[in-house]
Amino acid sequence: MSEQKLQSQTVQTTGHAWDGDLQEYNNPLPTWWIYAFYFTVAFALVYWIIYPSWPVGKSFLSGVSDVTYVNNKGETVTRHWNTRAVYMADMNAATAQQKPYFDKVAHQSYQTIAHDPEMNGFILSAGKALFAENCAACHQAGGQGRPGFFPNLTDDDWLYGGDFETIHTTIVGGRRGYMPAFGEVLSAGEINQLTHYVASLSGIEHDVAQAQAGSLLFHSNTAACFYCHGTEAKGRKEIGAPNLTDKIWLWAGVPAAESGRAKLAAINSVITSGLNKGVMPAWGERLSPEQIKILTVYVHELGGGQ
Amino acid sequence: MQTGLEEQLGLYQKRIPIFTRSIKGRFRNLKTAVLVGAYAIFFFLPWLPWTRADAPAQAVLLDVPGRRFFIFGLTAYPQDIVWLALLLFIAATLLFFVTGLIGRAFCGYFCFQTLWTDFFVWIERKLQGERPARIRLYRQPWNREKMLKLGGTHALWIAFSFWTALTFVLYFAYAPDLFMRFFQGKAAPAAYMTVGILTLTTYAAAGLMREQICTYVCPYGRFQSVMYEPQTLAVHYDVARGENIHGRAVARPGLRNLDERHAKGHGDCVDCNLCVQVCPAGIDIREGLQYKCISCGLCVDACNTIMDSFQFPRGLIRYDSESNLAKPTPAPPRLHWKRLNILGYGIAFTLMSGYLIYSIATRSSSDYGVTQIRQPLYVVLSNGDIRNRYQIRITNKSEHSVRYQIDSKDLPAAALDLGNFGQLQLKPGHGALIQASVRLSPRQAAHTSEFKLNITPQNRADSTRVIPLRFDKPETLR
Repeated sequence: MSEQKLQSQTVQTTGHAWDGDLQEYNNPLPTWWIYAFYFTVAFALVYWIIYPSWPVGKSFLSGVSDVTYVNNKGETVTRHWNTRAVYMADMNAATAQQKPYFDKVAHQSYQTIAHDPEMNGFILSAGKALFAENCAACHQAGGQGRPGFFPNLTDDDWLYGGDFETIHTTIVGGRRGYMPAFGEVLSAGEINQLTHYVASLSGIEHDVAQAQAGSLLFHSNTAACFYCHGTEAKGRKEIGAPNLTDKIWLWAGVPAAESGRAKLAAINSVITSGLNKGVMPAWGERLSPEQIKILTVYVHELGGGQ
Repeated sequence: MQTGLEEQLGLYQKRIPIFTRSIKGRFRNLKTAVLVGAYAIFFFLPWLPWTRADAPAQAVLLDVPGRRFFIFGLTAYPQDIVWLALLLFIAATLLFFVTGLIGRAFCGYFCFQTLWTDFFVWIERKLQGERPARIRLYRQPWNREKMLKLGGTHALWIAFSFWTALTFVLYFAYAPDLFMRFFQGKAAPAAYMTVGILTLTTYAAAGLMREQICTYVCPYGRFQSVMYEPQTLAVHYDVARGENIHGRAVARPGLRNLDERHAKGHGDCVDCNLCVQVCPAGIDIREGLQYKCISCGLCVDACNTIMDSFQFPRGLIRYDSESNLAKPTPAPPRLHWKRLNILGYGIAFTLMSGYLIYSIATRSSSDYGVTQIRQPLYVVLSNGDIRNRYQIRITNKSEHSVRYQIDSKDLPAAALDLGNFGQLQLKPGHGALIQASVRLSPRQAAHTSEFKLNITPQNRADSTRVIPLRFDKPETLR
């Protein structure tokens, strides 16, 4: 087959002939392709040396590259290259970048932070992230709460007080709101009188005679509502007893009720069965002092604060 | 034995090496001028200082991590991406305009592939000699001379590619600082990777692949042929004059002057092949207009040189239009710009450039963004008032400190609460994010579903920015 010594511009055959005339094309792979393949082989060899690669018994070749990071306990650790270590190193770098801001938060007073446009911007974005991670499960993403369960943080009513210090105390120590069930100690008629009185406080349709009787009961030692809600029914922030004279309802489903009768029924139900679900956990142990400070300013801004 | 196998072509054509001869002339000078000008700008611009208040003193600096792009006195921000988009549109229109008028002038004179190849060939010629010397070197077996000369050429190419890549990177950080850190091994990994990749690609594209980039890789070269029309000026060989009846002929005795040649029916082309030898694309222009031609005009220079030496008139190869050459007696070549598409491209180019200049000249020194907080859309307050909240983002893009006043004329006094930031002082290049709330009584809320917020930069000539906003309220008040 000397004729098969062809120019490089033509297609070669493998040089064999079967059955006399059956030949096979020899189309070698393009040179550039072959070299690209050799390159990938070389690349793989280098990769094996640098990064963790082959399993060896119960262990593996860990590669020559390593990653140094500071773990959660504050120890500096050096490990062979792995994505968890890289992640930790990245987190260390991010923490270092945030440090100047957190330092400022730690050293500045609430007032200074709230008046500095740059810090205010930091609070709005860092606070949003912290809030979404820790608070939004109950208070919802925007802090709007859930009627009957979790208070709305964006309105101007603060059960325990809306100044920086009180918000801080609330976050650190948590809160526990409680109202006894009056269904056990008062008659249905008495509860009905109280219901009309409470409705009268915030201008809901009510029976005037019933409300007057309710007012007497409210301020008497029998029902003793005024112990917690105050003689003017404006609540007591020390114990988180809500103001009954405003238009904001957390526990009784008044805003959602369509008819006057339904509104009264909602109030009645709360007085009858009381409340023992106003629980907020304490965050003092879970969050750092700076994080709590950021959340304090953030929550303060949500509702305008006090 | 099967027949016909030998005639089947392989899938890939082998590159035929091109050794271009250097030539002097008008178009060569133009190319050199463009090359020197472009290199001067590219290689020195990163080093040009420019005093700035709060940014590195570099005239052109593309600060990607800082998201600020300094171009002399102009600072562009990512929000100004429209300018970049517009600039690309303008560049495209300019390419269409120029190509429709004078063919692939961009390819021949301005394209970086052409410029770098041109310079690489210059290095090759300085080290290995003129075309015949290079061909001899190519053919001779490997010896000390060939190794030294070829090795030197490739080393210089790689060095220059490296310098090109490094210069490119210098546009993205403060040049003197990055330069030092780069050689101390302290620059960012991205810098080393970019320099590595660009060095390799520059070396491969301008040193090894050359015209193959234009022929096989570049899409622009291919689609520019769509803009060619019969009136487009392109490098043409005047076939009628060059070939006459009996074709071109070498200037043998008896064919030395035009009278003798015309008498024997030969054309003006003396078949010296110089036009082929100078061609960086390795084509013979006498075969007519072809897709590989980058319209660089070197064959025009080559042919004119020969015509001059024979004292024949110039312009056997020249910039001319197909329509003109098709005439029995071609007129002197001229620009045919009174064509619908050329005028269209021209008008589009002028309008867009005008708008870009206007947009940059009248750019606002501040950037505003106001969004309503949607969770919740509104809040009912303890006395029944309705409150909506908004987030206001202000960026001071000027080079001075600016005080901003935020107010609204549509709202009753005291309805708009800006917390602690009714007046806001912002440093140059800084931004602020503040919260505003609007509180209306149920009666007022019933009448308000929209209002306008005014943000006024106090000590700037800029006018007030008016931002329309929604006011949401419970369904009972709608």
